[in-house]
This record gives sequence, C-alpha cells and structure tokens, in this order.
Amino acid sequence: MVALAIAEQELPAAAGASLDVEAVSHAFDIDGAVLPVLDNVSFSVKASEFVALLGPSGCGKSTLLRLVAGLEPPRAGILREDGDPIAGPFPSRVVVFQDPTLLPWRTVWHNVALGPEAQGILKQQRHRVDAAIDLVGLSTFRNAYPHQLSGGMAQRVALARALVNDPRILILDEPLGKLDSLTRITMQAEIAALWQRSGFTTLLVTHDVEEAVFLANRVIVFSDRPARIKADIAVDRPYPRHRGDPKLVELRHEILGLLGLDATW
Amino acid sequence: MSMSSTASRTAELAQSADEGAILAARPLALPASLWASGPAIFASLAWIGFGLSCLLWEDLGDWSRTHELAIAAFVIAAGILVAAPNALRLGRFGKGLQLRAPWLLALGLFFTLWEVATAKFAWLPLPFFPPPQAIIEVYTDDLPKLLVSVWASVKLQLGGYAIGAAAGFLTGVSIGWSRSVGYWVHPILRFIGPLPATAWLPFAFFTFPSSWSASTFLIALATAFPVTVLTWSGVASVSNAYYDVARTLGAKPSFLVLKVAIPAALPHVFVGLFMGLGSSFAVLVVAEMIGVKAGLGWYLQWAQGWAAYANMYAALIVMSLLCSGAITLLFKTRDRLLVWQKGVVKW
Ligand SMILES: Nc1ncnc2c1ncn2[C@@H]1O[C@H](COP(=O)(O)OP(=O)(O)OP(=O)(O)O)[C@@H](O)[C@H]1O
Ligand SMILES: [Mg+2]
Repeated sequence: MVALAIAEQELPAAAGASLDVEAVSHAFDIDGAVLPVLDNVSFSVKASEFVALLGPSGCGKSTLLRLVAGLEPPRAGILREDGDPIAGPFPSRVVVFQDPTLLPWRTVWHNVALGPEAQGILKQQRHRVDAAIDLVGLSTFRNAYPHQLSGGMAQRVALARALVNDPRILILDEPLGKLDSLTRITMQAEIAALWQRSGFTTLLVTHDVEEAVFLANRVIVFSDRPARIKADIAVDRPYPRHRGDPKLVELRHEILGLLGLDATW
Repeated sequence: MSMSSTASRTAELAQSADEGAILAARPLALPASLWASGPAIFASLAWIGFGLSCLLWEDLGDWSRTHELAIAAFVIAAGILVAAPNALRLGRFGKGLQLRAPWLLALGLFFTLWEVATAKFAWLPLPFFPPPQAIIEVYTDDLPKLLVSVWASVKLQLGGYAIGAAAGFLTGVSIGWSRSVGYWVHPILRFIGPLPATAWLPFAFFTFPSSWSASTFLIALATAFPVTVLTWSGVASVSNAYYDVARTLGAKPSFLVLKVAIPAALPHVFVGLFMGLGSSFAVLVVAEMIGVKAGLGWYLQWAQGWAAYANMYAALIVMSLLCSGAITLLFKTRDRLLVWQKGVVKW
C-alpha cells in the first residue's frame, strides 16, 4: 500500500520484548464444573520473534493470549515479559482480538486514538493516529462509525488501533479471519513488512496453516483442549517469503498432519 | 424511517469518500408544484369557511373576540393561499407547508365544526364546552396571570427534573459500576422506587420548609427512579469486551467509567430520562394543585373552582404544548448525542 513509506517515518521502531510462558495452566468454572483449558504450557519467545500458534477450535488459544495480555492471571504458572512477571494489562502488550470490538459510539479515528487517549498522550500523537489509519488504507473512512464499515474494514481498524501504541509485543488473535482471500494476502505481506521494520515481538493465532508458515519464525501446534504443546516447529526461511516455496509447502503438510488433517491430502 | 436512515448513511459515506457531488444533484420538483398545492388550496378554503362560520350567525353567548377570530382565520386562509404556489421559493417553510397541508385542512374543518357546535347552535352544552373565541379571550384578557403560572411551572419542573436526572444518573452509574454501592443502594431502590412519588406528598409538605422545596423534592424523586434504574441497567449491560480492549490499551478505571461505561449506557439513560419526564409532569401538576398555589396546575384548579371552563381549556392547551415541547427538546438532544446509533437500531 502507498501509505507504507510515510508510515515508516511516522511509526518509529520499538525493540521487541521477550516473552516467557512458564508451566502455565488455566481452567474455567462452568456451572460448578472445572473446565481445564491450558495444561502446563511452557515456551519462550525471543525478542522480535514472530511465533504462530495453531490448534483446534476451542482448545484455549484465545485464553492463552488473554493471559499474555494480562487480562486474567493464570491458575498456575507464570508469564514474563522481558523477565518481569506479567501482573496486568499494559500498553506495551497490545491485543487485536478475534472480534474487532470497536467502540460503536466512536468514529474510526477516535477508535484508533483510544490507546493514546487512555494513556493521556493523544495531543502529541495525533499524527500517529492519522498515520496508522493511512497504513491500513482507511483514511477516507476516518469519520465513519463502526456500523458503517465492513467486517474486514473493522478488523483493519482494530489492527491500526493496536499499532498506534508502538507495542513491544503484538498479540494477534485471528486478525485476518474475516478478510476476503485477496485482502488477506495483501495484509499478510503488510504485517510481515511491518514486523520486520518495527521489530516488535509477534504472537499470532490463526487457523490458516499457510498463513502461519508464511509469516512466522516458529509455529507452535497445540493439542485439543486442554491445550498442550504438541509441536514447536522452526520455519527457517528468509523473508520475504514466497508462498510456493517447496520448503514451506512441505512444512504445511507436516503441520496439517499434526492437526490430524492428512486425510484431506 | 429505515429508508431515510439508509439514505442518510449512504450520504455520509459518500461525503467522506468525496463523492458528495454525485448525490447532491437531486431531481427537479418544478412540474409537480401546481399539483402539490392542491391540498393547500382546500386547506385555505376550510379556513375561509371557519372565518365565515364565525360571522354568519349571532353568538349565543357573550364573547368579545368573535370578530378578531374571524379575521385571524381569513388571514391564515390568505397566507396558505399565497404561500402554496410559491412553496418552492420559500425553502424550508414552503416544504413544511406542503407537508402539513392535509393537517391544516383537517384543523380548518375541525374549528368550523367546533364553532358551529358551540357558539352558534350549542349542540354541545355551553358552559362546559366553550367555543374557540372564549379560549382566545382567555389568552388575550387573562394573559398576565397565565404567563406567571407558566413561568412558575417551568421553574419548578426544570429545577426538580435537573436535580432528579443528575442524582439518578450518578446513582445509576455508581451502582452499575461498584458492587459495594450496589449492595447498599439496590435494596433501598427496590423498596422505595416503585412507590408513586405522589404518595410522598403529605410527608413532603410538612417536613420541607417550603411548599416549593417540597415539590422540587417530589419532582426530583419521580425523575430519579427511572433514570437510576435505566442508567444502572445500561452500565451493567456494557460488554466486557469493551473494557478488555480499553484496559489492554492502558485505560485507568476513571477512563473506563467516563469513556466506556457511560457512552455505552447512554441509550438506556435516555430511555430513563423520557420515563422520568413523563412521571415528573404528573407530580408537578398534582403538587401545584395541592400545595404550591402557583403554576399551571394551580391555575387549572382555580379555573375549575370558578367554573371558568374556557380558562381551564386554555391552560390545558398551554400545558400540553409545554410538555410536548420538553419531550421534543429531549428527543433533539438524544439525536445529537447518539448519532452513532443511527443505523445500529431502528428508532
Ligand atoms: N470466560 C470464559 N468462561 C468460561 N469458559 C470459557 C471462557 N472463555 C473461554 N472458555 C472456554 O475455554 C475454552 C477455550 O476457549 P478459547 O476461546 O481460548 O478457544 P480458542 O482456542 O481461541 O478457539 P477458537 O480457535 O475457536 O477461537 C472453550 O472451551 C471455552 O468454552
Ligand atoms: Mg479464539
């Protein structure tokens, strides 16, 4: 997209933070019964690494992301950002949720401005809000309300709302799930470029195996609920990548096999 | 409604996409002008008929404004007749006239019938059903007293409503937000809230230092209950996802209340404000009739005491204009504050 060159100056690079997930278990109480969701999950993400999380629906991926964001404490285990325990939400770890959850009473611009406004630094950051909106290609819609946007556009606004905060860890929960395949491919390239430029650590949950191997340094595959790590696969290919890369295709088959989908091939 | 809201939404979007010019070119309405003024011509005729009905027969009673009324009717008829063919040139006023022409026609017919049925032939028993000129007479001859009453009512209502709305809003937000406030206030609300505010009348009038403060209290009470309950339910029903988003972006509790909970609850708050307005009107009138000795409620009571039925109707008309004016004002405020809701819900 055209806005990229501008955005490069507008969004200065922030160094990524490392993330450690140490023996984390989590469960929910549903009607008195305990529903275990995460079972002794441990992994480390190096600063500025891009890690994709894959797993069956309902296994606990979004729950793990909520723990990383600090929205809930884990029942057991500990999570660390740059070695410091995560005790609550902080704008250095920004989440793009599975649902865009834009605030319906705010225009696109004011939704994107939410982070700076909440932190009391909106005055100095107005141009960054504009830049982030340009980046996702929605500058003509800056005054539109969320209900006037398509699902994909709303998802892009949510992405801009996260990026404007200069996160050190960017947490993406199926951010491209609602996009059509063309926009999706463009946005994947966009995210890859952005990540390489800004150097934030990225945690991406996706259902799309191709997307995972195309974007990530590592792919972590989870088991069915309660989620356990089933495999931790390095994707050792240089960027920019090509979708047809035989190594990536091979990895994709391997991962689909791990997810129990080899019958379709 | 849904069609016009879709249209306005499209227009907004087009504007933001700098395509406004395409939509702005609207079809010309010129050839329709003659046809469109048809209802207005009939309306004009109806008002002429009303004027004539005033003059054609002798009044059965002793009313001094019959001639003025007839002249006013003729002026209105002439106004409609002149304005109708020029509706296009008169802009918004002309458009409004065209839109309301059928209503003007119906009103003209109604007034004629009213005039004939009361002042001329007394088909309706006379002291109880005064003719239009008797009511006009009240407005011209008893104006000072009526104005003083209006002012007293407006002052009392405005003060009480503002206090009640503010108190209800604050209570609603607090119990919606804080569990411990909810623990204490909720049972009290449950116990006291459903009591009609008028039931407090005797209590209020002997505990408060003045009947004015007592009535203000009662009006505030009647307003506060629905506003509290609806603000509370509005705040309580805000989706957790909104709070999660704001919290991950660095929002402190004060931001969550002011910038997330309250805006999200505002549609509910307005429902409460509407309900509060309705019930506070009722309290206002009763309080004025019983305690305050001023205002429109008192005027009504006084008129009834003297069997001055024309005064009663005159006051009723003013009262209904004031109440519907207040409701309209509240609607306008809501429309302005909740533009974002257009297209989300049907109004
Ligand atoms: N707040 C909650 N209360 C109770 N149970 C919950 C809650 N949130 C999630 N769960 C349960 O935890 C499990 C994991 O949910 P989660 O949203 O993490 O799945 P997921 O891996 O993200 O699935 P998907 O890929 O479909 O988004 C589900 O079975 C869900 O029912
Ligand atoms: Mg999920």
